[in-house]
Amino acid sequence: MPVLRDISLDIGSQGLTAVIGPSGTGKSTLIRCINRLVEPSSGEIWFEGRDLTQLKGLALRQARARIGMVFQEYNLVERLTVIENVLCGTLSRVSPWRAFMRRFPQPMVNRAFELIEAVGLDEGFARRRADQLSGGQRQRVGIARALMQSPGLVLADEPTSSLDPKTSVEVMDLMARLAAGQGVPIIVNIHNVELARRYAHRIIGMSKGEVVFDGAPEQLTDADLRTIYGGEDWLG
Amino acid sequence: MSAQPALKMAPHQAFVPNWGARLAWAALAVYVIYATGTLEISLERVWRGLDNAGRFLGRMFPPNTEADKLELIRSGIVESLQIAVLATVIGVMLSLPLGLAAARNLSTPTLSWAARALIAVLRSFHPVIVAILFVKAVGFGALAGVLALIVSTLGFVGKLFAEVVEEMNPKQVEAVRATGAGFLNVLIMGVMPQVFARFIGLSVYQFDSNLRNSTMVGIVGGGGIGAPLFTAYQRFDYDVVFTILIIIIALILLCEVFSAQVRKVFQ
Amino acid sequence: MKDLTPQAQAPAPRTWVRFTPLERALRSIFYLICIAAVVWSLRTIEVIPEFLHDAPEQTADLFRRMWPFDWGFYPEAIHHALIETFHIATLGTLLALIMAVPLSFLAARNFTPQPILNAIAQFIFVSSRSVNSLIWALLFVAIFGPGALAGVMSIAFRSIGFVGKIFSEALEEVSRGPVEALTAAGAPRSMIIVKGYWPQAEPAFWSVALLRWDINIRESAVLGLVGAGGIGVALDAALNNLYWDQVGLILAVIFVVVMLTEVVTSAIRGRIIH
Repeated sequence: MPVLRDISLDIGSQGLTAVIGPSGTGKSTLIRCINRLVEPSSGEIWFEGRDLTQLKGLALRQARARIGMVFQEYNLVERLTVIENVLCGTLSRVSPWRAFMRRFPQPMVNRAFELIEAVGLDEGFARRRADQLSGGQRQRVGIARALMQSPGLVLADEPTSSLDPKTSVEVMDLMARLAAGQGVPIIVNIHNVELARRYAHRIIGMSKGEVVFDGAPEQLTDADLRTIYGGEDWLG
Repeated sequence: MSAQPALKMAPHQAFVPNWGARLAWAALAVYVIYATGTLEISLERVWRGLDNAGRFLGRMFPPNTEADKLELIRSGIVESLQIAVLATVIGVMLSLPLGLAAARNLSTPTLSWAARALIAVLRSFHPVIVAILFVKAVGFGALAGVLALIVSTLGFVGKLFAEVVEEMNPKQVEAVRATGAGFLNVLIMGVMPQVFARFIGLSVYQFDSNLRNSTMVGIVGGGGIGAPLFTAYQRFDYDVVFTILIIIIALILLCEVFSAQVRKVFQ
Repeated sequence: MKDLTPQAQAPAPRTWVRFTPLERALRSIFYLICIAAVVWSLRTIEVIPEFLHDAPEQTADLFRRMWPFDWGFYPEAIHHALIETFHIATLGTLLALIMAVPLSFLAARNFTPQPILNAIAQFIFVSSRSVNSLIWALLFVAIFGPGALAGVMSIAFRSIGFVGKIFSEALEEVSRGPVEALTAAGAPRSMIIVKGYWPQAEPAFWSVALLRWDINIRESAVLGLVGAGGIGVALDAALNNLYWDQVGLILAVIFVVVMLTEVVTSAIRGRIIH
């Protein structure tokens, strides 16, 4: 049973694209195919002039370095401090020796501090261990780590699903603002339709592995939502 | 019309006798009787032994503190300590890559199978037996003891470290990989932070274990305090034996304190 | 009015180092101690170069003499010795468990709040652990004479410390709730133990019992080298006579038994940890 079927998408180099749909419909798979955390069985993915599905080894790593990712469960290295986690974003450009001795180049350290402040954490957080942070704080660090890569694209796999409603809004707001500020497109996989409507420039609705809606948030009607999610009850 | 009771409750037993457990205990008792019989352990022998024990303990007290004996003991203890240090440091350094290679979530199927097989073989032999073999190979002395304990270190730390690596959170590692980091960087920033504290804990435990074992490899020729101990024993100098035992216990106590401090430093 | 200088203020470069000076000092001290210890050990340990040079040849010679095994040797000497080894390990472990449990309660600071008693129990544990089972065997052979009795006692006395340390730690980690409830209800001490402490500490007990039994099988196999019974006796005899093919067979048999024990204990451990 293929998870994804006949996906053909063109994501522009600006703005926030939200992928919505019920659980199990392949949203996460779609996102993870892009940076090859999941291997697509067929097809092509073109990014910055190269087909990602054909890359191996060093080329694949270089491509991944250009794609930042934010995860549902933050996926920070718990025992590392905030600043070490943010500096993970530089690992594609830093030698193992430097990483081991934690002697990162000063410009990178400066930028890490800037990003920590930009995501709304004050400097005191830099030396705190990741496992001492709240969910919202951890996700902010995750965003900082992704942006540290100076990426050409940011992927976010259900970034708000583990957060409470208020923090979800704050995090979405932060991501949208920072990405727009740096001119980086984001593809977000999200199940909260309201958040999608609020922050996305383009919404892609998936159902059973296929794209069933593709357009601006204003164009998303209840009928479309029914096609995507099926069933009347949850529409209220 | 007579009222029918809504519920009819049969008399319940609050605690049902666990027949499985009772059977197991009975089987155990039977086994103990059978085994002690096979080994010819009778109460009478035990009694005679206790009588003997009294006399034996009498000959151990007071501990022998003559200068020449103490000098012999000192050099033996020092050698045991050195054997333990070398075996632990070298063994632990080798166990790090071995454990990583044996971890099925990190290494390739063939390599991890080979590493696990090696660890299993290294573990199955008692350090004394390994020491005997090394004495044959490299001659009497501390070298054989060090090599034997390196083998036991590889077996213990390698196995447990592989388990620690296999239990680590893969999502943290995945995130580091998604930044485009190479294998070494993923290891350094994704894997090691998760497992290093446990690795130090294992190494420290192994140092204790090696110290204990180093006190006895001398019995078969592997250097350390074991040889003087055995010699004194064979000569019935039980007061010397007692002195040596006291010093061994004190040494191990000290090292346990040291180990606790080391663990805190690497918390 | 604050005078804002026209040119942009570059932010002061913020340095970051991984460890505080104290942490760095402690870690450096540790590494220095390690290096010093290694250097000191290497210098004073005699390595006779001729022996080292000889080593590959000696090892090859060793294996040549071991193989083929003296298969005929098996039935008479080994089979009975193996069974004896098994009994020594099992009885020794059982005896150790019986002795270690009450001592563990004595050592557990939540059950026995008197530090002196805790210290005595802990000291017994440390002493038990510090003395190698082979050395215990020497002592017990002197007391009980050569044979399996000495072996059982050695295994038991060595294992008390191992079991005691882990089990007393498990007791200390028991949550206070059920214990307090039982105390409040006026239960006698024995009931508090059986229904309050034991159910929580039970998994740790079985786990350590199984683990120590596994280790003890290995230990029991070598006690015979000093006369405490089991297959070690046959091994000692073969070594003394330089019958390397018998030695090879014995080692192979020990290997198989150890593997089997490990498989069995892993399986049981898998079942218990539902």
